[in-house]
Amino acid sequence: MKAPRFDYVKPRSLQAALRLLADAGDGARIIAGGQSLGPILNFRLAQPQLLIDVRGIPELREVRDEGAAVFFGAGTTHAEIEDGRLPDPARGMLGHVARGIAYRAIRTRGTLGGSLAHADPAADWVSVMPLLGAEIVVVGANGERTIAAASFVRGLLTTALDRTEIVVGVRVPKCSPRARWSYYKFNRKPGEFALAIAALVHDPDRGQARAVIGAIGAAPHVVAEASALADRFDPAAADAAVAAAGLPAGSFERQIHLVALRRAAAGWH
Amino acid sequence: MKPLALTVNGTPTSAPVEPRTSLADFLREALRLTGTNVGCEHGVCGACTLLIDGAPARACITLAVACDGADVRTIEGLDDDPLAAALRAAFTAEHALQCGYCTPGMLMTARDIVTRLPDATEPRVREELAGNLCRCTGYVGIVRAILRVLAERRGAR
Repeated sequence: MKAPRFDYVKPRSLQAALRLLADAGDGARIIAGGQSLGPILNFRLAQPQLLIDVRGIPELREVRDEGAAVFFGAGTTHAEIEDGRLPDPARGMLGHVARGIAYRAIRTRGTLGGSLAHADPAADWVSVMPLLGAEIVVVGANGERTIAAASFVRGLLTTALDRTEIVVGVRVPKCSPRARWSYYKFNRKPGEFALAIAALVHDPDRGQARAVIGAIGAAPHVVAEASALADRFDPAAADAAVAAAGLPAGSFERQIHLVALRRAAAGWH
Repeated sequence: MKPLALTVNGTPTSAPVEPRTSLADFLREALRLTGTNVGCEHGVCGACTLLIDGAPARACITLAVACDGADVRTIEGLDDDPLAAALRAAFTAEHALQCGYCTPGMLMTARDIVTRLPDATEPRVREELAGNLCRCTGYVGIVRAILRVLAERRGAR
């Protein structure tokens, strides 16, 4: 189908974008690469009155090493992360995950901030950023604030963003040199939205063993203390994790997430 | 309507455009460049794949108005491109098309694979082709055509 009718503006500064967003009421949507919003506009699932294109805003394109973390501007594309030209605070995990997002022709335009703001539960960054303990930096009418990635996505296509706020970037803490990670997702075809995601990070020097169960139709389930999945693989702990993720006993969804978790635990990087 | 100025296949072009118009519809209907095919209109089938500022992109989920200032290259703009010529020859030799609907997008993706991943082997070529659907060939000929051009270029290195 074709997108419904809407107006379009492309502000050159963050201040101008925020003003437009504050003035527009509920009918405005932010667009960057448009790789999530484009399809739902064409399906007419989204029918905004105004699109505010933030691709021309320099602040959203910044990437900087902050010492203990790397800050990625919201407009960083998946392809830029895939190509390894940016620092990878997660010892190669970000590049690995980026390569598996949709298709190259999507990754060249789709952005980190856009994917998080869209909040499809099956999207890769939606699971990975809580796993890594990242923070989402947002700015709005009441100034800037930082939201833990684990509490940013609230549910299906729902985030902690206020109506007047824009995602500015993502701050990803650096893993220590001994850290290991693992990422497994089920797709029937490479690049489609995941049926199940399981991800692990084990960073002994920072005392962290964390797991995420994602693509569960809601915000991902974070297992903050996952030594029983990371140090060794305890099947009972895995069962408990998929149960705590809210996946019904005996369901296909529970089984496929359990297998994803088992495979993640067998495929460390 | 919004003003739009961009370069299409090397030619500066400007036209007023409705914000909701996709780049694919703009190219096909305003510029009569019908080589960019429209299939699924939600970024999955790959038939509309073209180059924006040198990088492959989906014309069906890219708004034309968002391409102001961009350098767009469609399949028509690759007539004189030596790599596209090698790919066309390989697609012919390997029977990499039947109805031809997916072919412009396939050639764009093939060109991206060959330039970005010069050492790609068959599994990687297949992975990279996941975003371009072909309902005729079963992909075998397409994969062989791309591997043939990769091998030719490795031989020439």
